[in-house]
Amino acid sequence: MTLPETSVATRRNRRRASSAATSVLRFAVTVVTTIFGLLLVTFFIGRIIPIDPVLAIVGDRAPAHLYERTRIELGLNLPLYEQFWIYTKQALTGNLGTSVLTSNPVLEDIKRVFPATMELATIGTLIGAILGIPLGVLAAVRRGSFADQIVRVIGLIGYSVPIFWLGLLSLVLFYAQLRWVAFPGRVDIVYEYSFTPQTGFYLLDATMQGQWDVLWDLFLHIALPGSLLGYFSLAYISRMTRSFMLNELSQEYVVAARAKGLSEARIIWFHALRNAAVPLVTVIALSYANLLEGSVLTETIFSWPGLGLYITNSLQNADMNAVLGGTLVIGAVFVGINIFSDLLYRTLDPRTRSR
Amino acid sequence: MSTVENLKPYSREWLLSDRPTSRKQARLGRAYIVWRRFAENRLALLGLAIIVLLVLVAAFADLLAPHNPVVGDLRNSRLLPLGSEGYLLGTDDQGRDILSRLIYGSRLTLLVVVLVAIIAAPIGLIVGTAAGYAGGWVDAVLMRITDIFLAFPKLVLALALVAALGPGIENAILAIAVTSWPPYARIARAETLTFRNSEFISAVKLMGASPMRIVLRHVMPLCVSSLIVRVTLDMAGIILTAAGLGFLGLGAQPPLPEWGAMIASGRRFILDQWWVAAMPGVAILIVSLGFNLLGDGLRDALDPKEAGQ
Repeated sequence: MTLPETSVATRRNRRRASSAATSVLRFAVTVVTTIFGLLLVTFFIGRIIPIDPVLAIVGDRAPAHLYERTRIELGLNLPLYEQFWIYTKQALTGNLGTSVLTSNPVLEDIKRVFPATMELATIGTLIGAILGIPLGVLAAVRRGSFADQIVRVIGLIGYSVPIFWLGLLSLVLFYAQLRWVAFPGRVDIVYEYSFTPQTGFYLLDATMQGQWDVLWDLFLHIALPGSLLGYFSLAYISRMTRSFMLNELSQEYVVAARAKGLSEARIIWFHALRNAAVPLVTVIALSYANLLEGSVLTETIFSWPGLGLYITNSLQNADMNAVLGGTLVIGAVFVGINIFSDLLYRTLDPRTRSR
Repeated sequence: MSTVENLKPYSREWLLSDRPTSRKQARLGRAYIVWRRFAENRLALLGLAIIVLLVLVAAFADLLAPHNPVVGDLRNSRLLPLGSEGYLLGTDDQGRDILSRLIYGSRLTLLVVVLVAIIAAPIGLIVGTAAGYAGGWVDAVLMRITDIFLAFPKLVLALALVAALGPGIENAILAIAVTSWPPYARIARAETLTFRNSEFISAVKLMGASPMRIVLRHVMPLCVSSLIVRVTLDMAGIILTAAGLGFLGLGAQPPLPEWGAMIASGRRFILDQWWVAAMPGVAILIVSLGFNLLGDGLRDALDPKEAGQ
């Protein structure tokens, strides 16, 4: 017994439409609960600190009524869920509190320092992708060869080396001994006044303004921390590229392409790599997110005025608003990058669409 | 055709027999096969050797260390270079022997790694198997919580936690454990889902086993091997995070010879006495390399499907 063709088709369409709707809904729920969870975590970290925020403001010699009034002003007399509600409302409207260290609103500070971190992470990811993908392809094509072993060792060391240690040693070598790169920091003090950045992305600003001497100076500053992060990104990207390429090269279409007489180079770069490119996009996005995290220690070593240095400086000064604000922002950016790479994956890979 | 094999117990043939006569023989045989696959991989053996060496050094630190790791000789031995007499790796700014500090520091490294594994792996295992076996809303809620923790970058969350709890090695361990369990939960859930509807589970269910018993006795043991691989591969990351926290002054406090903190204190003389900061970094690199090699080897041996990838 068979059903009429049309009814099967309409039912299939209807099912597909409803599954698309549920997947959008599920997606929205995921995003909202994750952001909510991030807020909950930072809220609770803020509650477990052993420092009394009231005492920090009024001092330990304040009379009891002043202490009590400040406590009420800060909303600390309310039940926890109400405090959390207020915290959520404030955070979602961009109020992350005031930094004790800089006495600016935390969000303003973060807006100022974040482009520096993004610039560093972008350079690092570019280096990692431009070098890591060919290395990974090479390792997969010559599987088991000497080249493969070298790529593997480069990757393994990248996974095992403490980034701050490598940063310190490279400063000793390339700055103190060889004088190839500039002193830690983002730009030379000489240019501090002649160069007025507009977007916060200095490399871009200097190029647009045609200040080539500044651009060269910026390059000397970013070269070392950028390559360092680039190395870590390379370790990850080359390993994943190798694995994806091995998978593609064992597929039947590769055999078919060979049988057809296509050149090996064409098969590798036009057919296999193209198919491996889809998961690679996700890997590159994830590696960018990892570099945002890796920048915390790198920025400390290279005095790079980004979010990582901001967080560690605030940490040393027990400036919890700034620490938690920075944590929240990095968490939110992480979520954003994950969503972005997920969406990109869906658009690039037709197989994921109809499911 | 012989039906009963009379093999010498514990011989190669006995271990490789495809008709084991006892549970012990079957288990040992399987372990032997895994070991043979593992031992084929020279780098994995190197990793194992490094970790065994680390454990031995930590265990016999009292015998191996030539000097006191905490109290130095400020008058006679401040910032001595590499290869000085009696101080093979030189001394730091307080006249303490760097080699002795590294030897004692291995105990702290092991402590961190073992405690994080002991705290994080069971949490991940319980959350993951419970979510996978129960399904429905339990699964949804537990996995949402897992995803929230996964959304935070590990080091940054650990930093914020330690900042709130106060610096110290216990708090650092706790913070790293809190950030480490989510991937284990994901893995345990995925494994649970693959055999949740399989026949042996149905059989146990028919015999009247409670869900608790099924999860504890039948599901969890099957998740353990992939979890061990993942935990081993994570060890390097745990060591690096702990060292990073130590470097920022948030981990072990002075005078404890924690490797990350040693790099931080050597940073001040890096231009003239580079070895003070360089040597602890070498130790961290070797140990995390060892864990990475071991983890790779274990994965290849336990899961031949993934081998070479």
